[in-house]
Order: sequence, then C-alpha cells, then structure tokens
Amino acid sequence: MSNGAFALKRAGFGVTARRDAWWIQPLVTFAVFSAFIVYSTWAGMQGEYYHFGPYLSPFYSPELFGESPHRWIDAVKPTWWPAWMLWSPAFFVVPFPIGFRLTCYYYRGAYYKAFWADPPNCAVGEPRKGYLGENAFPLILQNLHRYFLIPALALIAILAYDAWVALWFKNATTGVYEFGLGVGSIVLALNAFLLGGYTLGCHSLRHLVGGGLDRMSESPARMVSWRCVSCLNNRHMRWAWFSLVWVGFTDLYVRLCAMGIWTDWRII
Amino acid sequence: MATATFKIWRGDTEGGEYGEYQTEVSEGMVVLDAVHQIQAERAHDLAVRWNCKAGKCGSCSAEVNGMPKLMCMTRLSDINLNEPVTIQPVKAFPIIRDLVCDVSWNFRAKKKIKPFKPREADAADGTWRMAQEDVDRVQEFRKCIECFLCQDVCHVLRDHDLHEQFIGPRLFVYTAALEMHPLDEEDRTGDLAAEFGVGYCNITKCCTKVCPEDITITDNAIIPLKERVVDTHYDPIRMLVRKLRGG
Ligand code: SF4
Ligand code: SF4
Ligand code: FES
Ligand code: FES
Repeated sequence: MSNGAFALKRAGFGVTARRDAWWIQPLVTFAVFSAFIVYSTWAGMQGEYYHFGPYLSPFYSPELFGESPHRWIDAVKPTWWPAWMLWSPAFFVVPFPIGFRLTCYYYRGAYYKAFWADPPNCAVGEPRKGYLGENAFPLILQNLHRYFLIPALALIAILAYDAWVALWFKNATTGVYEFGLGVGSIVLALNAFLLGGYTLGCHSLRHLVGGGLDRMSESPARMVSWRCVSCLNNRHMRWAWFSLVWVGFTDLYVRLCAMGIWTDWRII
Repeated sequence: MATATFKIWRGDTEGGEYGEYQTEVSEGMVVLDAVHQIQAERAHDLAVRWNCKAGKCGSCSAEVNGMPKLMCMTRLSDINLNEPVTIQPVKAFPIIRDLVCDVSWNFRAKKKIKPFKPREADAADGTWRMAQEDVDRVQEFRKCIECFLCQDVCHVLRDHDLHEQFIGPRLFVYTAALEMHPLDEEDRTGDLAAEFGVGYCNITKCCTKVCPEDITITDNAIIPLKERVVDTHYDPIRMLVRKLRGG
C-alpha cells in the first residue's frame, strides 16, 4: 500500500498485465544512449584524429584551440591550462550539446524511463516508492533548458559553416583551395542538417518564438515562426535520434579517415 | 464461431480476484460486447459502466491486457485471442465494484482550476473579437471526453498516488485550454507550479499514448504550460527583468 491520497495498491517493479514486449523500447533507448555516451566521451578525450583535409569532427567544432587549420586561436591549447590536466579541444565544445540534450524534453522522458525506470514503461510497476519528479534539486534544473538553446543555435551555424568548408579541398601541388565533394562533405552536410532539424524543433524555442503568446495573430512573424518550429517539433523524437546517431558517425568517419583506416572517396 | 477466454476482475473495496469466462466471439465485436455477452450469459451481477458505445462518453474505461483503453473502441480482432484477455478496472482510482471505479476525484480537482476570465468586451454591444487562428490552438483540447485514461496511465497518480499534489494530464489539458485562450486574462502559472504540481510530470508521454481522442497532451498542453511556469518561476533573467520593472 502507498500512503497517498487513495492508498492505492502499488504494483511491484516490472509488474504489469501488458502482454506486449514493453521492455524492448527502454532497452533499445538504454543501449543506444549508453553507446553514444561511451563513444563520445572516449572520442572527446582523444584530442587527435579529429580532422582530415577540410573535414572537422563536430565534437571538436568550434575548435577554439588545437592543432588543425580549423582552429580559431593560433595556439594548441590555452596557456592557463594546467599541465597535469588532460587536454582536448573538445572540452570547450562538448559540454554545451550534452547539456542541451540532457535537458531536452524528449530525452528527459526517454531516459527517465530507460535509465531510472520511472516508470519502466507505460502502466508497468516502478522500483521505488518515493517520487519527487522535477520539483527538487537536481532535476529542477531541467527548467533551464532554454539557456542551452542559445549555444545550440550557435552550433548549428558553426556546423553549417564547417559543411561549407568541407567542400573546399587544398590542391597538394598548387596549395590553392578548390571546390570538391567527398563522401565526408556529404556526411558533414547531413550532420548540420539533422542537428538543425533537431534544434529548431525544440520545445523551448517553440515557446519563445510565439507559443508563450495567447494572441499570436497580433504578431504575424512570431506566428509564422511558431508554425515552422511546431512543424519540426512534431517529429522531435525522430530528429533527436537521427541527429544523435549521425553526429557520432560523423566523428567516427573523420576519425577513421584521419587514422588512415577509411578512404574518403572524392565524388567531384 | 470461435470461443475466447476473458479474465475479468471481480471484487470491491475489500479485494477480489479474476473470474474466468469463456464466450463466443464473432467478427466486428469489441471488448465491451464480450463483457456484455458474459454479463448476459453467466455473470449477471458483473458491474460495468458504459453509455454511448461510440467512444464519445468516456464511461467504459478499463485496462485491457494491461493497457488503459475504452472497451467500446477496442476491437477483439486487434487482440490475440489465443490467450485469455485480461480486463481490469482502472488502477489510479478507488474501485467501487468489478470494472467500475470512483472517478469523482477528477471533478473535485477540476474545481481548483480558476475559471475562464475574459478580458473586457471589445465592442460596445458587449461582444468580443478574436482571430480564428488564435483559438484554433485550443480546439484540440476541447476534444477531451473525460475518459480519464490519461489519468489512469500516469505513473504520478497510478504508482505514486499523488492525487493531493498533482492534478494529472486531463486537468492540464483543461488548464491549457483556459490558459492559452485568446480572451482569457487569468494567470494560473502560480497554481500550476504549486498546487497543480506540473513539476511532477516527467514527460514520459504515456498520457498522449493512451488518449482515445489523439490529443497531443504532453507536447501541446503540458510542455507549453511547463514553459510558462519557467517564465514566471525559474528563468532568472525574466525574473530579474520583472523585478527591475517593478512587477
Ligand atoms: S507525460 Fe506527464 S502527465 Fe503524461 S503520463 Fe507522463 S508523467 Fe503523467
Ligand atoms: S485527454 Fe484524452 S485520455 Fe485524457 S481524459 Fe481527455 S480524452 Fe481521455
Ligand atoms: S526540447 Fe528537445 S531540444 Fe529542446
Ligand atoms: S461507452 Fe461511451 S466511450 Fe465507451
């Protein structure tokens, strides 16, 4: 028995009359998210093999400091960086998209189920009796999702620029940059596209551009923006999954090319 | 004609158990038809609530094979009849008898929501003007038939029994219909943050999944309400701006 309003009988962990394979969905979510977390942490800590020709791994963009020609500041690492501490240019990038995804409304619902079994799936019994929801620290901080939106929007612009740069290959003999198209150029362009679709369909953005108004018709530009964001927001879950997998693959592609394991085929 | 087995919950506030019944099923039958047939054939005292048999009154809510469903809209052809079909009352509310629960809490909780408060009339004749596109947004919420399947599936009510602290998805849909209405001037964000417990919703979208009216409860009602609560209660910059403006 719980001590709630109606003293309803609690179902034990995993107890349900559901007949379908309800555990598959949280299990797949758990597996893919875990794989991404492990891979991105590893890749972000490498500090090498993150660029190849005109390509730059999205985990390392913007490359504020670093060893590649893509870097913004002419230094391998900041002078103040403690010598004993592991260094990677990704340290200045990765916290922002991670914060954005961790506080994303879609991901929240998905990982509360898959990692915390809260609930394991709809109408399936939970392991814990107590529940605070997003009312107490630390989950109350989820309410600050909109603050991660700002760097996330900037990142799309930067990744779109990277996709443009990925079309200009240096001629080994003349040293001149010439237009070209490699498989990597397509990989990077698709990455910017998918991350754009994901970020621009954000619930907080939907609220900020117009959703917070009750009479949007009085602000036609905001109404149009709200409609556009709503259109992407409709499929936010799909954008979230595709962009997650693809951003990981983009890093892997650049990495394996840089390591000489994969060959980047030139189309043009 | 084929025969199917149904395990129907029989009991009251004191407890109970599943009764096992076999009945003939034919093409086009829904779960409610089978329950009525069983009631007519051998369980004359089986309590079941229903009204329209058309998915419009919201009375016949129950859990069919563990998922909250309207019995009158759940076709037997969509269920595996090679195994017994389990039918139990909704879990989030106290049972009265068999498949009937006392859902009156929902109506009491609804009374806590501040009613529609229109702005002053726009025209001298006491009428208002509003743009169709502004009111379109809340139309979706008005489709609700108050079946309370969303309340039943929501783990905050179903598993944690937090009826005192949380009004549940159905009532968030109702609040959203008022709060986003182009004529309404009332501010319910304080209640949402405190008494209505919007922070307990962890956006797992089970409510949206079971809604027979396909209302996009989580994405179109609850998350926008959460964002409005962020505006008034959590966003430090907005709070600062309000303070500076003396609000
Ligand atoms: S999304 Fe929120 S309201 Fe809907 S079922 Fe989940 S916790 Fe309950
Ligand atoms: S929102 Fe949907 S599921 Fe909830 S009470 Fe209304 S119709 Fe039923
Ligand atoms: S809600 Fe998913 S990115 Fe903002
Ligand atoms: S009997 Fe009316 S909704 Fe099922």
